[in-house]
Amino acid sequence: MTSVSVKDLSLNFGAVTVLDKLNLDIDHGEFLVLLGSSGCGKSTLLNCIAGLLDVSDGQIFIHDRNVTWEEPKDRGIGMVFQSYALYPQMTVEKNLSFGLQVARVPQAEIDKRVKRAAEILQIQPLLRRKPSELSGGQRQRVAIGRALVRDVDVFLFDEPLSNLDAKLRSELRVEIKRLHQSLKNTMIYVTHDQIEALTLADRIAVMKSGVIQQLADPMTIYNAPENLFVAGFIGSPSMNFFRGEVDARDGRSFVRADGVAFDVSAYPARTKLQPGRKVVLGVRPEHVKVDEAREGETVHQAVVDIEEPMGADNLLWLKLAGQSMSVRIAGQRRYPPGSTVRLSFDTAVASIFDAASENRL
Amino acid sequence: MDNIATKDTAAAYGVAPGRLKSGPRGAKPRRRLSRRNIIVYGTLIVVSLYYLLPLYVMIVTSLKGMPEIRVGNIFAPPLEITFEPWVKAWAEACTGLNCDGLSRGFWNSVRITVPSVVISIAVASINGYALANWRFKGADLFFTILIIGAFIPYQVMIYPIVIVLREMGVYGTLTGLVIVHTIFGMPILTLLFRNYFAGLPEELFKAARVDGAGFWTIYFKIMLPMSLPIFVVAMILQVTGIWNDFLFGVVFTRPEYYPMTVQLNNIVNSVQGVKEYNVNMAATILTGLVPLTVYFVSGRLFVRGIAAGAVKG
Repeated sequence: MTSVSVKDLSLNFGAVTVLDKLNLDIDHGEFLVLLGSSGCGKSTLLNCIAGLLDVSDGQIFIHDRNVTWEEPKDRGIGMVFQSYALYPQMTVEKNLSFGLQVARVPQAEIDKRVKRAAEILQIQPLLRRKPSELSGGQRQRVAIGRALVRDVDVFLFDEPLSNLDAKLRSELRVEIKRLHQSLKNTMIYVTHDQIEALTLADRIAVMKSGVIQQLADPMTIYNAPENLFVAGFIGSPSMNFFRGEVDARDGRSFVRADGVAFDVSAYPARTKLQPGRKVVLGVRPEHVKVDEAREGETVHQAVVDIEEPMGADNLLWLKLAGQSMSVRIAGQRRYPPGSTVRLSFDTAVASIFDAASENRL
Repeated sequence: MDNIATKDTAAAYGVAPGRLKSGPRGAKPRRRLSRRNIIVYGTLIVVSLYYLLPLYVMIVTSLKGMPEIRVGNIFAPPLEITFEPWVKAWAEACTGLNCDGLSRGFWNSVRITVPSVVISIAVASINGYALANWRFKGADLFFTILIIGAFIPYQVMIYPIVIVLREMGVYGTLTGLVIVHTIFGMPILTLLFRNYFAGLPEELFKAARVDGAGFWTIYFKIMLPMSLPIFVVAMILQVTGIWNDFLFGVVFTRPEYYPMTVQLNNIVNSVQGVKEYNVNMAATILTGLVPLTVYFVSGRLFVRGIAAGAVKG
């Protein structure tokens, strides 16, 4: 059963097309993350679903009800904003109950719902305070509470953690995930942070210029990106790309790039690698082995340029035949700059894209 | 070489030489009488004297009797303080046939200013709110027209407005003048409020809409409580503007409704009899007292509101 369904949605601001015939179906209880860099239309899409922006064309269904022309309050949604958007002159309690009071919910019911939301989010001691007396994390909790009291099935999050510092962000991330696991309602979450996307999402929609580039679960997005954009966008540091040409010799397939021949015989879709085809080989930094080549594996020599130890792991920036690339190894293995390493590539989990269409082969 | 330099600097800053012996450390010593300070404070003192001297002359003159004034020492403090001129200015000075002083004009001005300020601010704040947050169709055009209105000289519109008011049957009445003040306050006040509301976080407005609040609920429950500074600014602008108005007061009202400014002019410029400088001074100060009080009471809020409303456009 679909919870939110977007059909052929278009949005123009004058001559500028922000969204063009976008389709998206979100299942009941699903946690969907809209991921993209700023200006890709992800927040715009969320605002359209919320009813805060009028669409130019297309339809929006929430619980199989056409809400395209409905007011935000009638759509059965709750929304959490990046800047918290708490009403500064009201106490936390008033902030939580404002929507219910506007809707003329009986006072007893309001008290019950506020109490429940405060319990879930553990903000009971803050109810009498003003937003200005709260920390960033507490404010965002209240903002989530405001969506919670509305007793709706669809939660919309517009970059809710972007204003928090790194530590609080990871704490609240876990809390949001816990909240989703206990409430089991549909959540649509906009972010530009891929860690948030990968950790929270059931499915991620990677967006670019108003178009969904790939819609899949986090592991598929990470391991089998649909195109070059998704591959480059997800993962930090970014995937290593080698532009080259397919070559075949002795029953094996190679990608030749700047004098380096990568053996890609193990690539799952090997049949698509016709000799002479221009391709881009993408290898994640953790899919390269350093000085651990097994017998018979192709080995490449590279020189360490910069070393970035991060504790748990160690990031090496290497020069391989003039090209810069990064490799992630275990934290205790150290290589001073200038040392020579022997690399072997795990091409079974690599990604190969057509150079012209930039789509995955 | 180093030693000499240290000694010199120490002497220049007036610090015990010992403190600088081991090289600079801690807060940098500052000289009270630096050239910069002399220029800054000197300029400030000269400018404030320039502005305060006339006020001083007015106050001392208003406290002198006529014989003392005729002596001609306008800067000398009064030898014999008398409040007679103040009483006369307020209650006895003659304009035309009436001899009840400025008090009549004062109450007229109150009856003009209070409704004009309240109505113009109420309407302009709603205008500004609608323009900033609801972005209705034609909002930009409407706003442009309103702003152009701010640049048209008043004098151009006086005669047409006289006709309009006459046709409405309110020409020469206080109602008519209140309407005129409300209309002429609209462009600048709307601009002020629009910019202030546009500067408030947009997400707050969105959150209120998701909460189900409509146009008026958002205005009264969310926007108004956050807008005290800009309301104070608008109030100060309007109170001083309308209180100090002379042109509209003289054109659109009959003598019995003349505001204080017009009456002050009539007292000061009356040609019969002796020029009573002390009464004139007292009357002028009395007239200016209301805007002055407003500034003194709400000065700080004014600055804060101007800063908040003016920056974002």
